[in-house]
Amino acid sequence: MAKVMMKGNEALAEAAVRAGCRLYCGYPITPQTEIMEYLSARLPEVGGHFIQSESEVAGISMILGGACTGYRVMTGSSGTGFSLKQEGISWMAADELPGVIVNVCRYGSGLGLISPGQDAYIQATKGGGHGSYHAIVYGPSTIQEMVDLTGLAFDKADEYRNPVIMLSDGALGQMMEPVEFPDFQEVHPNKDWTITGKGKGRGHKITTAIYTDPKYDQHVREKYARIAAEEQRWESLCTEDAAIVLVAYGTSGRVCRQAVQMARKKGMKLGLIRPVTLWPFPVKAFEQPVHTAKAFVTVEMSALGQMVEDVRLTVNGRKPVFLYSSGMAPPREAVILQMAEDILDGRMKEVL
Amino acid sequence: MTKMMKTSRLYSAPDAPTGICPGCGYGIIKHILANVMEELQIDDRAIGVLGIGCSGFVSRNFDIDWLQAQHGRAPASATGIKRLLPDKVVFTFQGDGDLAAIGTAEIIHAAARNEKMTVLFVNNGIYGMTGGQMAPTTLENQVTVTSPFGRDPNTAGMPIKITEMISVLPIAYAARGAIFNPKEIRITEGYVKKAFEKQLNGEGFSMVEILSPCPTNWHMTPVSSMERIENEVVSYYPLGEMVTGKEGV
Repeated sequence: MAKVMMKGNEALAEAAVRAGCRLYCGYPITPQTEIMEYLSARLPEVGGHFIQSESEVAGISMILGGACTGYRVMTGSSGTGFSLKQEGISWMAADELPGVIVNVCRYGSGLGLISPGQDAYIQATKGGGHGSYHAIVYGPSTIQEMVDLTGLAFDKADEYRNPVIMLSDGALGQMMEPVEFPDFQEVHPNKDWTITGKGKGRGHKITTAIYTDPKYDQHVREKYARIAAEEQRWESLCTEDAAIVLVAYGTSGRVCRQAVQMARKKGMKLGLIRPVTLWPFPVKAFEQPVHTAKAFVTVEMSALGQMVEDVRLTVNGRKPVFLYSSGMAPPREAVILQMAEDILDGRMKEVL
Repeated sequence: MTKMMKTSRLYSAPDAPTGICPGCGYGIIKHILANVMEELQIDDRAIGVLGIGCSGFVSRNFDIDWLQAQHGRAPASATGIKRLLPDKVVFTFQGDGDLAAIGTAEIIHAAARNEKMTVLFVNNGIYGMTGGQMAPTTLENQVTVTSPFGRDPNTAGMPIKITEMISVLPIAYAARGAIFNPKEIRITEGYVKKAFEKQLNGEGFSMVEILSPCPTNWHMTPVSSMERIENEVVSYYPLGEMVTGKEGV
């Protein structure tokens, strides 16, 4: 299929349709809204359903019900709306129901801003609702990657029977880039765990968390350990000989890729680890650089730094970890380069 | 009376305790549901979505497919199921603490969309499972553990009438029944049957509210609980059909 120019939110929506999504339920919130606008017209064309829910809570509850049928389902939101989704995400994890939840992240706590941010990292990766669970979290940095990961998100949701979060942001959602779509996937809703009416000859099924099973805790531990071991994805750029390794995802990852190229032209040994899965965090990407690099710099659009906590856990004191939290503005290449110089010259001390 | 006493094969699976207290209305209501399902022969394609609280116990010995929904969200989850599986018979089973408080938005909007599903709304005027707290449906001056001096309309308002509220919408069916004597049980069973028939005919949203006793938290005997419904509850929550759709009232 030829490349087309497309806005991030709409490209994600089209990718979801091609991955077999047949139910989207959502509530308008900037900068997510183009996803639902697109799907309100597109899903009926493929025999799917779009429901504009009365709230974010209802939206996630609708797809939870839809997930029970074995069809592929999705909802999306941003900021305060993504907070409201957490009840349902926790329930989907507990009930082992697949589904994709998109967060086109806006900046800030409370009402926040409608501009892009990366401060839903902790909420997305650590299990934003109650209980012990994780969603698999993807953090694309281009529209093409967003399309590719959306298809993967539905596959992994089914494979592990677990919610998957696409962590986009206001910049990626609103920008246009050339993108190539995959073909339509044939998806069959018939799975052995669905509830579709007991029919003739089989006993009834109840979809609920299996806390009555004494092996529940063990099951949860093994499930998430397996995902953590097998699902790490990342991009490494010039990390082999890098003195300073940047760690950044999504929009910040784009900026850092540019910063690495600028630094290399100046002869500065900068590298980049760009996590693609935010949970599981790609600890394998650090195996070599943690021995060869002098320091790590986390670059993210948050006020306090969120992913930096995972970087510190991964580096585990073996090398200093610095933070460039650009807050509500995108990070700037010049600042990154200056920071790298200051660290190499010993002018910048690690602050924990 | 003979029909009422019949033990349905749907509601007979003795693989778990019912979970309900002596004198609870759920036993009768589950029989009503089972009788209707058998009569309409819909159990093989029925999917029930449960509210939280004592209503969650219903799945234990009721031989159909179930989803345990989050608190109050059953109408939303049922919506998702019904849209994807329009040929199945989808219904929710919810209490008043679930449906009339935390789930107010979900029930109103499921009705507003006229989702082709059925809601069984068991109203006992109290939060049963959590130990008898005041519900939005608790009557004026009724003493509960969170209204120790009686429900004060000045601060707690008057009991909410969800079935009347959704009856202003162009839905397919709405009725309120009770189970305090055999006659009312038979009438209520008729309402439940009609509600499911509305769904089977694709007419839209149908709901039956059932006034039910909670002797444990009312601190009354089962018999006096039934008398209380007849003598006190019905005067605030009148029985009968409110919306009958195409047939007209």
